[in-house]
Amino acid sequence: MHFDLSVIWFAIIVFATLMYIIMDGFDLGIGILMPFVKNEQQKDVMVNSVAPVWDGNETWIVLGGASLFGAFPLAYAIIIEALTIPLTLMLIALIFRGVAFEFRFKALENHLKFWDRSFMAGSILTTFFQGIVVGAVIQGFDVEQRVFVGGQLDWMAPFPIFCGFGLLATYALLGSTWLIMKTEGELQKRMFGFTNTTLMAMISALVIVSVWTPLAYPSIAQRWFSVPNLYYLIPVPVLTGLVCLKIADSVRKRKERSPFMMALIIVILGFAGLGISIWPNIVPPGISIWDAASPASSQSFMLVGAMIIIPVILAYTFWSYYVFAGKVKEGEAYH
Amino acid sequence: MFGLDAFMLARLQFAFTVSFHIIFPAITIGLATYLAVLEGLWLKTRDPDYQKLYHFWSKIFAVNFGMGVVSGLVMAYQFGTNWSGFSDFAGSITGPLLTYEVLTAFFLEAGFLGVMLFGWHRVGEKLHFFATSMVALGTIISTFWILASNSWMQTPQGHEIIDGRAVPVDWFAIVFNPSFPYRLAHMSVAAFVSSALFVAAAAAWHLLKGNRSSAVKKMFSMSLSVLVLLAPLQAVIGDLHGLNTLEHQPAKIAAIEGHWDNSDGEATPLILFGMPNMAAERTDYAIEIPLLGSLILRHSLTDPIPALKEFPVDERPNSPIVFWSFRIMVGLGLLMIFQGLYSMWLRKKHTLYTSNGFLKFSLMMGPSGLVAILAGWFTTEVGRQPWVVYGVQKTRDAVSSHGDLQMSISLLCFLVVYSMVFGFGYYYMIHQIKKGPDVIEHDEHDMATVSGRI
Repeated sequence: MHFDLSVIWFAIIVFATLMYIIMDGFDLGIGILMPFVKNEQQKDVMVNSVAPVWDGNETWIVLGGASLFGAFPLAYAIIIEALTIPLTLMLIALIFRGVAFEFRFKALENHLKFWDRSFMAGSILTTFFQGIVVGAVIQGFDVEQRVFVGGQLDWMAPFPIFCGFGLLATYALLGSTWLIMKTEGELQKRMFGFTNTTLMAMISALVIVSVWTPLAYPSIAQRWFSVPNLYYLIPVPVLTGLVCLKIADSVRKRKERSPFMMALIIVILGFAGLGISIWPNIVPPGISIWDAASPASSQSFMLVGAMIIIPVILAYTFWSYYVFAGKVKEGEAYH
Repeated sequence: MFGLDAFMLARLQFAFTVSFHIIFPAITIGLATYLAVLEGLWLKTRDPDYQKLYHFWSKIFAVNFGMGVVSGLVMAYQFGTNWSGFSDFAGSITGPLLTYEVLTAFFLEAGFLGVMLFGWHRVGEKLHFFATSMVALGTIISTFWILASNSWMQTPQGHEIIDGRAVPVDWFAIVFNPSFPYRLAHMSVAAFVSSALFVAAAAAWHLLKGNRSSAVKKMFSMSLSVLVLLAPLQAVIGDLHGLNTLEHQPAKIAAIEGHWDNSDGEATPLILFGMPNMAAERTDYAIEIPLLGSLILRHSLTDPIPALKEFPVDERPNSPIVFWSFRIMVGLGLLMIFQGLYSMWLRKKHTLYTSNGFLKFSLMMGPSGLVAILAGWFTTEVGRQPWVVYGVQKTRDAVSSHGDLQMSISLLCFLVVYSMVFGFGYYYMIHQIKKGPDVIEHDEHDMATVSGRI
């Protein structure tokens, strides 16, 4: 049976990235929403809804980076070098957000407020720079002879920066819908209200990006609007629109699980749209997955492990979420 | 910045960030196993001290673990940002090894960490113990993969160079390369020793303050037992590691020993102290013991050890740095062995918990394990220069093409952020340690059962 290792690894990296966006999405979303919640106890409830799982969630970004490194080292080298500045700023923001989980409680009295702010600022900046990275990848890179020859500030352009804001809206939506599931009472009511706002923000961003991308990049327009592609791909935006309506509807009806599930579907569809736009180029515009691939020996060595271990990871991750299922009660976890 | 070019700045940034990073996993590895041992002993004996010690150290573990994760994230991406030449050249080998580390170790630790720290009241005690054990196992598996990757960079094998890039040919040979077993053993033991010293110092602090509770005494005793066993073992492992390095990286040994000249063909003395002089090609102010160099490294009274002048000038590692970092590491190692032996002597006299002199010494030795780890890593990595993959790719060819200004700003950012964040982190950890194991506090990790839980 002949199978294309590069295609398989592309799929795995897409999967890992999607897992990351969903899982770290809602816990970053909580940090993004926190400035709008003034009550200290409610803030603690928000953090406690993800405290036991955030580290596992964040690990998917390490898998994404490491797999890119191992399966498509040229892509890793070019993309990471080209985006050194936004990635470094993202890493620094992640440092502040990560340590703030513990420091919010363990710090000296007069430091607590600082780490609270670090949690929020770290979450917001991490998300913003991640969005910039996504936008910059779509924008493409100047490469000559396997070496990045563009500028270190190429990412500072309208499209990537808009994507930064778009991702903020996306993670905020994931955060608010997650909190609808995990909280009760007044906080939950607020989260229903927030979801209306975050949904509108996300939809606007999605529409703008969907129009902007084909306008700015003719090859992407070609991918989506040429016949017969148009007929195959039209379900994606149509489905997205329907799901958005469904979320608004379930928020109105005060459904608890549905908004988050629907938000997941929107993220998956949005990400699929992105993948469709750039396929098969892992370093747009001109480097395909096959150009960037590591030797078959590397890709198959990793694949054996990945095929066996990823299901195991998913199993114990699911178990961990199960252990912490249910509502987070106000005032229960305190320092 | 300071007349340093982008290349040196990139090296400094890597050295700085990885140095900060390594001290967190060292404690994480040691404490994770310690916590598994404590929990196991609690389940077996129901002695409340073990439960107290578990809850005490798990809070400190949580803070340390978090810092390890975020500093590790920086490392994973730094290969790409500043060392794209290395990533393109060697990525098909180091990339998969790193991927295995993520798959088999990082996810394991992170996946079970939540239950370990927050799930005490949510799962049965055996299941909780399993979670703690999985976290400990994850940290150890991590050591395996990262050292396989780093060791391959030191003693590469199992690959071919095709089209100017390293291509894997034999993965078994790549992972189990010549220096791997020694480096793995040496670093693993180092993690346990440094954690033992850390725990012992915490206990000593409490004992000096007059807190002689049974829990404090237990942690002093347990940590010192580990030290007695492992510090001498580390000396043996270190010696074997040195012999392996002699075989595969003779220039590194020459630089470590500050030995320049073999033109007289005689046995090499051991230079205890001195200042190697790269420009003058000699070691100034040398205080040496005749024949001992040959004896230790060649087990002979006549065979000389490698000399720096036998290597091209641009392939000689920075001897002043590695000469001294090695001696700092060994010196501290000898002090650790002494600390272990003395503790045994005091145990015999039944004055282990009350000898103020020894307690003060143990307190001061608290950070010595971590300092020794840093000294050792400086020795091996600076000693690896000018190679990033030994004998295969030079560090200079591995660096990304960023400008001096950007690298200066980047280094400055990391210096400031790391010093601040991790400085505070350590401060809070020490603050937590000072509370001692006997204070029962409710904390944010006590998430009691909630409605709807099965």
